[in-house]
Amino acid sequence: MAVSQPTLNKTSTKISNSNAPWLNENIQALGLFLISLLLFLLFWEIGANLKLFAKGMPNASTTLKELWWWSTHPFFDNGPNDLGIGWNLLISLRRVTIGYFLASIIAVPLGILIGISPIAYRAFNPYVQLLKPVSPLAWLPLGLYIFRDSEQTGIFIILISSIWPTLINTAFGVANVNPEYLDVSKTLGASRLRTIFKVIIPAALPNIVSGLRISMGISWLVIVAAEMLLGTGLGYFIWNEWNNLYIPNILVAIFIIGLVGLILDNIFGALEKFVAFGRKA
Amino acid sequence: MSIASVNYSSNGTVSSESEFSSAQLSIRNVTKVFAGKRDLFSKLSGKTSRDFIAIEDISLDIEPNTFVSIIGPSGCGKSTLLNMVAGLSDVTRGEILLNGLPIQGPGPDRGMVFQNYALMPWMTVEENIRFAVETVYPNLSPKQRTRNIKEQIQLVGLEGAEKKHPHELSGGMRQRVGIARALAINPQILLMDEPFGALDALTRGFLQSEVERIWEQQRKTVIMITHSIEEALLLSDRIVMMTRGPAARVDEILEVPFPRPRNRETIDQHPAYHDLKAEMERHLFRETRAVEESRIR
Repeated sequence: MAVSQPTLNKTSTKISNSNAPWLNENIQALGLFLISLLLFLLFWEIGANLKLFAKGMPNASTTLKELWWWSTHPFFDNGPNDLGIGWNLLISLRRVTIGYFLASIIAVPLGILIGISPIAYRAFNPYVQLLKPVSPLAWLPLGLYIFRDSEQTGIFIILISSIWPTLINTAFGVANVNPEYLDVSKTLGASRLRTIFKVIIPAALPNIVSGLRISMGISWLVIVAAEMLLGTGLGYFIWNEWNNLYIPNILVAIFIIGLVGLILDNIFGALEKFVAFGRKA
Repeated sequence: MSIASVNYSSNGTVSSESEFSSAQLSIRNVTKVFAGKRDLFSKLSGKTSRDFIAIEDISLDIEPNTFVSIIGPSGCGKSTLLNMVAGLSDVTRGEILLNGLPIQGPGPDRGMVFQNYALMPWMTVEENIRFAVETVYPNLSPKQRTRNIKEQIQLVGLEGAEKKHPHELSGGMRQRVGIARALAINPQILLMDEPFGALDALTRGFLQSEVERIWEQQRKTVIMITHSIEEALLLSDRIVMMTRGPAARVDEILEVPFPRPRNRETIDQHPAYHDLKAEMERHLFRETRAVEESRIR
């Protein structure tokens, strides 16, 4: 008893210590984040004022002021070269949504069909492997030639570059369904169609959703690059500000692109958790 | 009996049990050979392999309403035999007759309980059982279906967990769902492939008692594969001991004479218990040692 008493006391003090707010890991991480952000902004501000960086590099306060201005005036329209960033964002999102949606409704059913048959899986794999690594911008001239329209070309590029991850993941997920689930279905005498809809597709859903998540990330990467050559949207906003040689606005656009990409990714991350049911994330 | 009373036998499944013999399931001279790879492609890539004889010339008759355990060293083809009875794996030579008719593939007249439960993770407990019932009895009225599912959940003691997903359950509870799902389709034969193999010792013992209780109520024909001598002695009417693979055979069949209902605390007081146990230990020990020695060489 005499021995166990002090150890008991020790553990209880430890517990009360870890309850202290400044020892919580989340709060520590947040603190570190805020400190590093502050140091970064300070370094940027002082460095820019002392002209340590490239010539004409804006300082942090100018950039933050611009960020505040653009975020508080998102929707105005003074012609194509002076459009509120909110409009540009919506234009980009609209293109991404259409292209991504078309890619998904092609890739998911096609992936399921390919994944179900091992022969089809091997037969179509070379196409996918060949086309997957092609840079999205390589499709741009082809799109412009076929469609003769910047809007349709943008959607085409989104489609062609975001189709592959979903297709590959769907086919992989369907081809690698836990064989025990299929045995269950077989011993019950379930029809092929019932097995596909009730067992194979739900079993492959985590793979399908992570494919959709990767595709969404790629769409958002591609749209900015493609729009530099297309005429509207966030990519064009950056290109236009480059022509104006006004760097703060470029930085503002980069921040907004990153933020929107983060939000989109988190939505799909939540969706992945929703369909996992305890399987690996 | 009353629990399994939902009687759907529309196609005369309980009919001629004894045209040839009293056996419900009859395994006749069954051999299983896994074909090796000898095609041109394998030859070119240097990956040819020989045929593997897993099971050679096994014959076994199983009477209705008996609990049969199959025990043998690992790798002796117990699971292969069970998969052939389930229809998941083809018979190379010989035949397996169910009520005098050869087995042509998997079917709902045989219910299967899997070692790793094989529950669909995206379905709740109730949905997992419902999937089985809906597949096998698509014409059942929703009321009958719900009643059947409820009965199974009560039978295995899962009330209150109906709306949970498998990942929220313990291993023991998951296997209860697996058993409920297999029983829900009212099969003639229940096949269990090491049903407690993935459970810890305490849960294992508890679930064995549960299976004994359920079996007393339904008295279905059961074929169970196991590694555990105590488990086989507690549950079975007959114990089939297999030799080691390759080319595994039936070595000996033991009758287990203990009266039912059995109880794990009192079963070892039966005079025959220790002799049977010693007999099985001797057999398993000999076979396992031979397996180990063949691996060293």
